[in-house]
Amino acid sequence: MLETTLFYIFSFVAIVSAILVITQRNVVHSAIFLAATLLAVAGIFLTLHAEFLAGVQVIVYVGGILVLFVFVIMLIALNRTEVERQFNRQWTLAAITAAVLVAEFAYVIFRGKETFPLPSATAAAPAIAVTGNSQLVGVSLYTNYLLPFEIASILLLVAIVGAVVLSKKKTAED
Amino acid sequence: MVPTHYYLILGAALFTIGVIGVLTRRNIMIILMSIELMMNAVNINLMAFSDRLQQVTGQVFAIFVITVAAAEAAVGLGIVIAMFKNKETMNINEIDLMKW
Repeated sequence: MLETTLFYIFSFVAIVSAILVITQRNVVHSAIFLAATLLAVAGIFLTLHAEFLAGVQVIVYVGGILVLFVFVIMLIALNRTEVERQFNRQWTLAAITAAVLVAEFAYVIFRGKETFPLPSATAAAPAIAVTGNSQLVGVSLYTNYLLPFEIASILLLVAIVGAVVLSKKKTAED
Repeated sequence: MVPTHYYLILGAALFTIGVIGVLTRRNIMIILMSIELMMNAVNINLMAFSDRLQQVTGQVFAIFVITVAAAEAAVGLGIVIAMFKNKETMNINEIDLMKW
């Protein structure tokens, strides 16, 4: 019962603030509403017994990526962008794409319910809860998924180098 | 217990909102934020199946999605800053150097 209530509260917050993210005029307000969405999604993770990922979501998304966003917004704040037109002329295209997406999702979700058998939700008292979520994720990450893990670290290294190269000042020698 | 497809519907809704944001907004910062929204929608689906199938694989994949999101944000914001230095704008309609 509590889980259901929490799910409804968190998903309401997530969807409303996601809509506000893409409709706000002021970019800083968008960033704040994005923070609300991300925190609500972290709450959703908690209702799904993914405690470790909820923590990672708060630390990495809200504490890292979003702060980076706000930092850049403050760095290149343009008052002019608030006055000019906010939306481009692709409303019809966007509406068509969204309609197709919604139709696809609806089809897959409601057809897939029959063809994709899930174990009955109440039956399995989780083995996950016994050992602890972080430990299970860690063991899986460092055994079965060691190679993807290393590739992810290389990806992060490339991203660091790329970001530095992109935003570095041109010197006389260049 | 919340049925699994409620989570899928939530993910689908967030993803669609992200798509609409990418397609309709003209401010490049908000487009990047919409991309983050879409990645979160994917993570919700991964989490839902990870919980329902009692397998931790979905959560490991969500970690990789978050890694990619972090890398994408770093490089994307680097591009935004470099672009702003050249063009003094955040409006994507004015950035048309590579348009034919």
